[in-house]
Amino acid sequence: MSEGIEKLIELRGITKTYGQGQAQFQALKGIDLSIEAGDFVAVMGPSGSGKSTAMNILGCLDVPTTGEYHFRDVQVEQLDRNQRALLRRYYFGFVFQGFNLLARTSAQENVELPLLYRGESTKARHLAAQAALEKVGLTTWTGHTPAELSGGQQQRVAIARAIVTNPVLLLADEPTGNLDSKRSHEIMELLVSLNRDQGITVLMVTHEPEMAAYAKRIVTFVDGKVAADKRQAGLGYVME
Amino acid sequence: MLWNSLLLAMREIRRNLLRSFLTILGIVIGVSAVITMVTLGNGATQAVKNQVSSLGSNLLQIRTGQRMMGPGGGGGAPAFKLDDIEAIRSSVSGLSGVAPQVNRTATVVSMANNWSTSVTGTTNDFFTVGNWKLASGRSFSEQEEQTGTSVCILGASLYKQLYANQDPLGEMLRVKNFSCEVIGVLEAKGQAAMGRDQDDTLVMPLRTVQRRLTGNQDISSIQVSVENETEITQAQTQITDLLRERRRISEGMDDNFNVLDTRQLADALSGTTKVMTTLLGAVASVSLLVGGIGIMNIMLVSVTERTREIGIRLAIGALEREVLLQFLTEAVMLSALGGLIGIILATIASYFLSGLMQVPYTFNAPINLGSFFFSAGIGVLFGYMPAKRAARLDPIQALRHE
Ligand SMILES: Nc1ncnc2c1ncn2[C@@H]1O[C@H](COP(=O)(O)OP(=O)(O)OP(=O)(O)O)[C@@H](O)[C@H]1O
Ligand SMILES: [Mg+2]
Repeated sequence: MSEGIEKLIELRGITKTYGQGQAQFQALKGIDLSIEAGDFVAVMGPSGSGKSTAMNILGCLDVPTTGEYHFRDVQVEQLDRNQRALLRRYYFGFVFQGFNLLARTSAQENVELPLLYRGESTKARHLAAQAALEKVGLTTWTGHTPAELSGGQQQRVAIARAIVTNPVLLLADEPTGNLDSKRSHEIMELLVSLNRDQGITVLMVTHEPEMAAYAKRIVTFVDGKVAADKRQAGLGYVME
Repeated sequence: MLWNSLLLAMREIRRNLLRSFLTILGIVIGVSAVITMVTLGNGATQAVKNQVSSLGSNLLQIRTGQRMMGPGGGGGAPAFKLDDIEAIRSSVSGLSGVAPQVNRTATVVSMANNWSTSVTGTTNDFFTVGNWKLASGRSFSEQEEQTGTSVCILGASLYKQLYANQDPLGEMLRVKNFSCEVIGVLEAKGQAAMGRDQDDTLVMPLRTVQRRLTGNQDISSIQVSVENETEITQAQTQITDLLRERRRISEGMDDNFNVLDTRQLADALSGTTKVMTTLLGAVASVSLLVGGIGIMNIMLVSVTERTREIGIRLAIGALEREVLLQFLTEAVMLSALGGLIGIILATIASYFLSGLMQVPYTFNAPINLGSFFFSAGIGVLFGYMPAKRAARLDPIQALRHE
């Protein structure tokens, strides 16, 4: 390891088993992975290879069956529910594969929600949400509810909600899965700028090599294991 | 934090208007039905008591049948005869009047008007005992009482109904299949409760009613008044002993008649309305229950959606207790609001209905509180329990809920 680079995340022998007895299924079969602060990692791999499962564990939404998870110097698997919730509140931003926006709630309010639990004032929430929505290129539809938005628009609201808190770690499960290629490239540029300019560590699942090309590192999952892990000169960084 | 969850809860209520409205509706219907029914029932009971008490405290009412059977509970007990009246009059001291009574409902016709009224066959003592005064005309003569002549005295309401305030004296009135002469009009007593008007009555000599309407010698009840109120218990005992002897009731056997003073009569008569109140209350309780089940349904139907919502909130960093507080606040607010609206509606409804039914209105605190807490309890329980279960899940489990 080169000096001066802080290790943000370290996974050791993480496994995840779903179900019991006959129906038991091991989705993760021992993941070892370390991620440095400021990295931009793309996670690739075939469908069902355990990408989402790993992301959920990394985002503290789920707990591993066995293994160790260090976040900075915290041993995550030893935290209780409330401590994990606080970790999510103050350090993580999560973009779900299926958006998971609150129904019958305007885009603006959806984006404000994480700030509400941080105890920020109405005014601060409002301004921050507007700024986040602007960043994802959504300025006109902010008063509409998810049901009134297109898939791509919902995707952008979900991203805005994840970045509104300026998280330390942004976890995005297929953030461009529902967008056309023009929008996809815009989102990727947004992620790059968040990573480059604000120092947010980004972990992103994607199926498209075109999008993975933006990242500085590509980790490939196959059948619940890390099959490949290589560094590259990320698009958007080469100009520097 | 409390203020925060209050705001969140209010926003949730606004966001799910239909669900909130249905929850409130369930509680409102349950609460208002129970309160209105029981309040009116109690009012009716009170009205009966008031009416009977207004008769005065120097009265004894003698009826056939056992004591607690309420009005018309005569059953198989033999009726009184004229001899009984004579016997009471001659052997019980200190009585100011002994009035036998036979009652029938009959249609009476005068010229173009006809009206169904209550016909009472009795003697002149009826006027003394019941404290009736003549507005015009005269009471029965001794000869009319003896022979059962077809003469009659009109109650004030009946008079208004048939003659519209014109002089009726000497007019002929058809009662069922015979005609009788109007010889007097009574002063109005004006007391009416539960739609029964005491002044809607027609009084005739006992013999006349027995001969022309009932066709037998039976007397269904006797009213007695004592000269001195303090001697009422004594008179009661004397009459009871006398009647037991005359009706050949051996020692140890129950009376097949009853002698009640006004207070006892009030209790006996209001027994019926008490039963009615209980029945009404029971029926209304069903609507309370149905309202409760409605609330459960609404809450359970929205469990999936709420579980997902809780998953989202947990995922973005809400603590379990923050989520629970929000849902609890929402449930309490909805239930309390529903309960309050229910109580207000019930108060307005029972106030106006009791006016309409001419029964007194009284605010019944235990019923109000009881039904409020019952349905609000259901609202809170079923609004809160699913949330409690969901908030205990890992966020990802809650998000996957189907
Ligand atoms: N809650 C669960 N219960 C049982 N099995 C599960 C559960 N969640 C995921 N799995 C299984 O675990 C495996 C990995 O799932 P995961 O969602 O991590 O795949 P993925 O790599 O994200 O796939 P995709 O690219 O299609 O999103 C799959 O075979 C899936 O069927
Ligand atoms: Mg996935």
